[in-house]
Amino acid sequence: MRKPIIIMLIAVIGSIMAFSVLDLPAAASPSSPASTYLSPEYIELVYEEAGIHNIVTAVLLYWRSYDTLGEATVIFAAGVAVIAILGGD
Amino acid sequence: MLYWEGINLKSNDGTRDVIVETIVRLIIPPIQLFGLYVVMHGHLSPGGGFQGGVIVASTFLLFALVFGLKNIEKRFKELHRTLLDSFGVAFYAIMGLVCIIFSGNYLDYQAIPFLSMEQMVKASIILILIALGLKVAAIVTSIFVYSGKEGV
Repeated sequence: MRKPIIIMLIAVIGSIMAFSVLDLPAAASPSSPASTYLSPEYIELVYEEAGIHNIVTAVLLYWRSYDTLGEATVIFAAGVAVIAILGGD
Repeated sequence: MLYWEGINLKSNDGTRDVIVETIVRLIIPPIQLFGLYVVMHGHLSPGGGFQGGVIVASTFLLFALVFGLKNIEKRFKELHRTLLDSFGVAFYAIMGLVCIIFSGNYLDYQAIPFLSMEQMVKASIILILIALGLKVAAIVTSIFVYSGKEGV
């Protein structure tokens, strides 16, 4: 009894998601919201605000600095886990 | 196949290959220099702390593959690796706290008043790039060394 209900649910939710894909902007479309106001703003402001030329590094270490701190913590945690499991003598 | 016959991961008891060792000795310094270049020029060219750190770490992996895991302790000690790894994260977090002390937001480098605003942001980014590079180099080496330990 549960199996047909699950399959129906998957079909309904899946079709809703599939139809909503049609309304998304095309990949790398120049008229998508991300390319019309977000990217030009970063490109214009990168040298004024961050003072460096590399846009990727500026986004990574200045505007999205919190995210990079989290990444560094994840790598630190991975290292601590490896040392804790395999490092004992 | 001949390449792998000269390498004994668990010890360095006489099974050596002169060609491999010589080439590795020659090739490690340029690779490390390139890794440091990628870290130091992370604000100008493609790359950055994570990528440069992995390039530097790859030389230690090469060293461990050819000269044995025991000998890596002489070049990059366990204590130093662990300290550098902790230092990277701690430096990054303390950098954010310093911004709070000078009445800015967390990780808002403009608030630090030692240099002009853009200069301070640039200096902070370069310092954090170096800290991240050291940290990634240390932790990737550590993961390799501990994964290759005897009995695992």
